[in-house]
This record gives sequence, C-alpha cells and structure tokens, in this order.
Amino acid sequence: MPSLKDLKNRIGSVKSTRKITKAMQMVAAAKLRRAQEAAEAARPYADRMASVMAGLAGAASGSANAPRLLAGTGSDEVHLLVVMTSERGLAGAFNSSIVRLARQYATDLLAQGKTVKILTVGKKGREQLRRDLGHLFVAHVDMSEVKRVGYDVAQSIAQDVLSRFDAGEFDVATLFYNRFVSVISQIPTARQVIPAQIEAGADTGASALYDYEPSEEGILAELLPRSIATQVFAALLENAASEQGARMSAMDNATRNAGEMIDRLTIEYNRSRQAAITKELIEIISGAEAL
Amino acid sequence: MADTMKFDLVSPERSLASVAATEVRLPGTEGDMTVMAGHSPVITTLRPGIVRVLGDGTDLEFTVTGGFAEITGDSCTVLAERSLPVQDMTQEHFDEMVAELRARHDAAANQDLPGPAPELVKLLSDMVAMGTHIGLDPTQASL
Repeated sequence: MPSLKDLKNRIGSVKSTRKITKAMQMVAAAKLRRAQEAAEAARPYADRMASVMAGLAGAASGSANAPRLLAGTGSDEVHLLVVMTSERGLAGAFNSSIVRLARQYATDLLAQGKTVKILTVGKKGREQLRRDLGHLFVAHVDMSEVKRVGYDVAQSIAQDVLSRFDAGEFDVATLFYNRFVSVISQIPTARQVIPAQIEAGADTGASALYDYEPSEEGILAELLPRSIATQVFAALLENAASEQGARMSAMDNATRNAGEMIDRLTIEYNRSRQAAITKELIEIISGAEAL
Repeated sequence: MADTMKFDLVSPERSLASVAATEVRLPGTEGDMTVMAGHSPVITTLRPGIVRVLGDGTDLEFTVTGGFAEITGDSCTVLAERSLPVQDMTQEHFDEMVAELRARHDAAANQDLPGPAPELVKLLSDMVAMGTHIGLDPTQASL
C-alpha cells in the first residue's frame, strides 16, 4: 500500500497534468476557431473553381487532345499518395486514422501489383508509416516552420506534385487528409486529384454559353494546375481544422480523466489517513489499559 | 443606365470584395477589357495588372497577379491568384511578388526549356508595368 506521502505526490502530479491538458484544450479551441474561419474563407474560391472546371472539363474530356492532367496518362500503374498529417501529436486518433486509411490503400494497390510512391506532409504520418512503408517514400514536406497554412504552402506542394507528374513519375495522385465534420467527428478521406475528378451532378451544360479567351484548351491548361493547388489548399485547411478539433476533444477527455483520477486518489488518501489515525489511537488506548 | 451587376473578387485565402458595380476593367491576357452589365458570358485568364471596379459611389482598385474572370450578364467574378487593394500594395509586397516571379523565370531559364520562358518574361514585364503604374519602383532592372 502506498504511503501517505506517495499519494500526496501523485495527487499533485495528476493535478498539474490536468492543468496542462486543460490549457491545451483551450488553446486548441482558439486555434480551431481560426482554422474554421480560414476554411470558411477559402470556400468561395474553391467552389467557383470547381464549377468552372466542371463546365470546361465536361466539354474537353470528350476530345482526343484533352490535357493529361484531366485525361490521365492512359495507365494507372504508378500511384502517388500524398499523406497529410500534423506536426504534433496529442490529437487523439487524428494522425493514426489518416495513416490507417493510407496504409490500407497502399497495401491494396501493392497487392494488385501496382507501384506506390508516398509523399508525406507533416512529421507524424511519416513516423508512423516509416516502419512498413518507408521504402516507398519519395519526398517529405516539413510543416513545422509553417505558422499559418497559406496558399503559398499549398502552391509549393502542388508545384512539386505537378513537376513529378510532368517527369512521368506517376499516373495517379491521391490526397489523404481528415475532412472536418465537427469537433467530435473527422472523417479520413482519400481524394484523387490527378487525373482530375469532376464532381458528378455539376452543371456541365453551362459551358457552351461562355466565350473563352484565349481558348477553351488554353484556359483549361492554365486552370488545371491551379485547381490542383486549390484542392491541396482545401485539404490542408480541412486538416488543420480537424487537427485542432481532434486535439480539443482528446484534451477534453484527458482533463476529465485526470479529474476522476484525482477524486479517486483523494478518497484513497483520506481513507488511509483516517486508518493511520485510528491505528494510533488504538495503540495509545490499549497501552493505557495495559497499565 | 445605372444597370449594375454583382462583382466578386476572391482569392484562395479569402473573399476581397463583393459589391454592385456598373463597370469593371480587367487586365485580360489578350488585352484589357471593360465589362458592363449585360456583357455576353466570357471566361478569360488575367495577366498581372489592376482590376478597377466602378459603381454607384464606389471606385475600387485591386492588384492581381493572375487568375481568371468569369463573366455572365449579371455578375462578374474574378478568381485572383493573389490580390490586394491598391492602397495596401506596398513596395515590400511588390518586391516580393517580383522576386518570386523572377525566381521562377530564372529557374525556367536554367533548365533551358523552350516552353514557358517567354511566357514568364511577359508575366514579369506585366508585373513590372503594373508596379510602375501605381508608382512603385521595380528595383531590379527590367528585362
């Protein structure tokens, strides 16, 4: 049985842990709000881009000289998986759920005899994938210096992916990230960006109404790389919001658990204190009676 | 005459303007154009330059570094890659933009690719022209 001193120390240390997790929860809540605002602000652009793309792509995908970014290379032998995770842990299952999805996807592809290449964004995913899929890594984007997810970050990632595509390093690219639904729910998502996937149900009929300057193909060629950057950006923002949401609920749980633990330890502490007092009393009384 | 249309200027990070306008002047890749309400639907790419929005009592100017514009009869939407109101455009921002473009230009030149270099030269000179237009010094000598 632990001594009174031990119990007191443990209560003290759990209390300070609770303070830390409480503080982390509040920081995550503040960051989450900011991340959500950023995601909100980026939506109009992404929506417009998607609708224009849908119109253009609907018209162009039929033609024989559709750009490779849209039509693909004609094979799907080499897959690039862009796995986006966070730089920091202590965010519940945030990182492991992305990694699990990506690993599943990679194993399936490998089982089909395809080649898989992995580009990691964020340290945590890299660490988790290194053990069994480390030989498939082609590049890593370090986000530890990035304070706020800006479009320029997305652009440089997209640039990297595009230059690899142009060099013929892969046929299909898929993004892995957590889609933010709410603070308690983030859904790991795989999204194929190359060849471009045009959302079904988009209004493709409208494209015929527009005049294009310079030309339909010219605009499409300019737009496709941009649309990839936009999708990467959207994924990064969703991921940032999800990370803070996951951390917030994880820290909320941790704070609650710490509180429960403190209650339990306090009861144990009081019981053993009382037991010690009773024992001393009995010793004194029985000593007095013996006289 | 005061027919207005809805003007939106959005960049990837945020929406910069959403106002009613009677006239929008755009720096199109193939030449400047003025859009008024009832314009036939056009999608055009933009070169670096200044978008000017004239409306009922509004006169806004924005710098854009490229992007595209979607024009329908009753709306004009500019999707800019990077955009700033002209009054917020400082020498610092401008230098940064020019430097970025120059880096891309130099990188392309080093690779000796026949393709994109002339386009980048044009982009760079457009950018420099835009800077001089609003009274900023392109510091580095023009091409």
